[in-house]
Amino acid sequence: MKRRDFLVSGASAGMLAGALAGSGGVSQLAAAVLPQQGNFDLVAVRDGEPDVMFDRAIASLGGMSKFVKKGQKVVVKPNIGWDVSPERAGNTNPKLVGRIVKHCMDAGASEVYVFDNTCDAWNLCYKNSGIEKAVKDNGGKIVPGNNESAYKPIQIPKGKSLKDAKVHELILSSDVLINVPVLKHHSSASLSLAMKNLMGIVWDRRFWHRNDLHQCIADLITWRKPDLNIIDGYRVMMRNGPRGVSEADVVVMKQLIVSRDIVAADAAAALIFGSKPEDIPHIRIAHEMKLGTMKLDTLKINRIKI
Amino acid sequence: MRRLAWLKYLRIVISLLFLLFTVVIFLDPAQWIPEWFTKTVVWPQFAPSLLKFIVSAGVVSAGFILFSLLALVFGRLYCSTVCPVGTIQDIVYRIKRKLTKARALKFAQSSNILRYSILIIVAVSVLAGYSLLLTFLDPYSNFGRIMTHLVRPVVQLGGNGIAGILHNNDIFFLPKTNPFPFHWASFISAVLFLLTIVVMSWSRGRLFCNTICPVGALLSLFSRFSLFKISLDKSICNSCGHCSKVCKAQCIDIKTREVDFSRCISCFNCLDSCPSDGVLFKSGLKLNEKLKISNEETESSTRRNVLKGVLLLSAYSALKAYGARVTGGEKPTEIPEGKINISSPPGSLSHDLFNKNCTACNLCVSVCPTHVLQPAFLQYGMQGLMQPYMDYHSGFCNFDCTLCSEICPAGAILPVDPEVKKLEQIGIAKFIEGNCVVYTDNTDCGACSEHCPTKAVDMVPYKDGLTIPKVDETICIGCGACEYACPTRPYRAIYVEGNLVHKQAEKPVHEEIKIEDKGEDFPF
Repeated sequence: MKRRDFLVSGASAGMLAGALAGSGGVSQLAAAVLPQQGNFDLVAVRDGEPDVMFDRAIASLGGMSKFVKKGQKVVVKPNIGWDVSPERAGNTNPKLVGRIVKHCMDAGASEVYVFDNTCDAWNLCYKNSGIEKAVKDNGGKIVPGNNESAYKPIQIPKGKSLKDAKVHELILSSDVLINVPVLKHHSSASLSLAMKNLMGIVWDRRFWHRNDLHQCIADLITWRKPDLNIIDGYRVMMRNGPRGVSEADVVVMKQLIVSRDIVAADAAAALIFGSKPEDIPHIRIAHEMKLGTMKLDTLKINRIKI
Repeated sequence: MRRLAWLKYLRIVISLLFLLFTVVIFLDPAQWIPEWFTKTVVWPQFAPSLLKFIVSAGVVSAGFILFSLLALVFGRLYCSTVCPVGTIQDIVYRIKRKLTKARALKFAQSSNILRYSILIIVAVSVLAGYSLLLTFLDPYSNFGRIMTHLVRPVVQLGGNGIAGILHNNDIFFLPKTNPFPFHWASFISAVLFLLTIVVMSWSRGRLFCNTICPVGALLSLFSRFSLFKISLDKSICNSCGHCSKVCKAQCIDIKTREVDFSRCISCFNCLDSCPSDGVLFKSGLKLNEKLKISNEETESSTRRNVLKGVLLLSAYSALKAYGARVTGGEKPTEIPEGKINISSPPGSLSHDLFNKNCTACNLCVSVCPTHVLQPAFLQYGMQGLMQPYMDYHSGFCNFDCTLCSEICPAGAILPVDPEVKKLEQIGIAKFIEGNCVVYTDNTDCGACSEHCPTKAVDMVPYKDGLTIPKVDETICIGCGACEYACPTRPYRAIYVEGNLVHKQAEKPVHEEIKIEDKGEDFPF
């Protein structure tokens, strides 16, 4: 499987290189593959393996070094909420998480931390999602998010419902936050996307459910926006989210959305899922609070088919 | 028999290893210890494996058979090696000998009436379906509660301290763990038992094992007829008393030069104690001498009875003082949850079977990865005291986990196939609309449905684009994820009503998803 993927991606890269670069040297292959770099508001990739799609997306944004400087501490926040296998798509794809960690390390990050405040027992989630192994294999550090003492109080002055919260200390002490949710159906929040995924950096989620969930989701973004949002749409849970009941809930879509704009990323992912962004209350609220835009036609989008 | 003196050292090594293993299985912070190890360590524990044998009739799973047979051949090896309380008593007594200049122990008359009365009462009550007495008297189960309720919290505190330092230095292999709720009944029972053991062993070595312990009494019935026995070579013995001084069971009578092997806990201390090498450990067939069974001794037995009474009474009165569970209170909901029955863990089949077999060793409470298993107070009634129940305010049952059923040494929670467990309905979720955030606040919530592994709790259209929970009881298994996640207090908007007899839920069925993928473009 892996070899075939490699061959396929290699072949298409070669063809693109031939078509676009012409006189460009082989050493410039990566640059040549990508028509333009760096100026996109959002990159959408489809039909590749998770790691291959991410390679293409990040390259078109100018590489990970645009986001991670040498010596910086990075937090990669995937969704590891559930004790389910990768095929169930309840958590972010481990291959994608591993690849992101590797890109960060290659860009010179001093540390790459990965954690989630899980819903199921944390050690089982970390293990059975495949993410613990993927992170370790690529040089990152997997950190438990199960203990309240690691969460520090913050103020959210611009929040309407959520005025304060306790967030994981790594979020406070790190230089770069990379948000890596998985696109899936969600019984509470309609869809679980990039903004919803940040609920996992907070300790007390009960308060959110008790005090207008959608408003709270948007409120936290007023406190801190991730430096990069990468939405995993490789396998998509179409119903029974966020945990899912069986593999029958999952459709292999092979999609990936990457953007600095968390609202735009969520809007694009919602469209891929088949929903209208304005129908997802927290996307609409965040748009209205000007935390980003859900009007994708105002953005410069790079669409990559592999 | 100095040439057999190595038996003593072997006994010490094995007992310390067993103690160590039995300690660590209760302290595992993040399921580092594999399931097979825990199972192996508790396999020989006498009382639980006997109970397990009664329900499952699995000879292979019954460690008590091995140690009964061993008792028939070599004596009470269980008491000297496997029993964690036995080893603790040895340690306490040794400390006393090191620290004080107290005189060595002497021969004491046996307390047969006391120990066999207790054994009979316990046996009858177990056969009648009440394990409560055994719960209070079985050494392993008491040890389990000492570990779970006294040692584990302390180790956890220390472990979290170390973890904190490590985390500050960017080392994350040791996780911090969250303490689980405090339980008065189990705590007091553990403290009382520990005190009893320390006081008794400090003053008279293995006194507990030959007076109160029902396992010791039962094994003594076998060791009485043991093939190999400790005895004194009457042709050599001059009643110097060296052997008697090292006997923790006080069972060597130097005046008559007899050894009451029914009380011998097989420590083998005496083997190399005799200056003339006159302590024998060999087959009784050759000895051809009848062992006298002493029938006196009623005076001290009443004293023991009083002690036992105090133990039971104080535990009971402590329980009475412990009130009903109090939940937190903010933005109060008004409709009390009408929970009538709690749920027993999956694999236990019914409350009745569970209550009969559990000795409340609390091993499952210690290893449960979600902490949903907590010792009950009177939720099962008096007979289920300290037995674990599904406490959905502490956690919820992990859908794919069957750990408690695998490690339960008593067969109270029987091994259950994960796929079967996923359909074992231990209770049914009940929704109280009047408490629900969607109803009271007109905002989205859905925490219950989020956590539901079968989507028995699903969100259905309500009004203004909102959705509200609806329970499909046929596919609900009572895992309690909904009750745990529900954010309302003091009363939750969804709770699990326990099934006294577990039922089988239906398997959730979902049609295949068909999506038209044009495979060409992006929808934006």
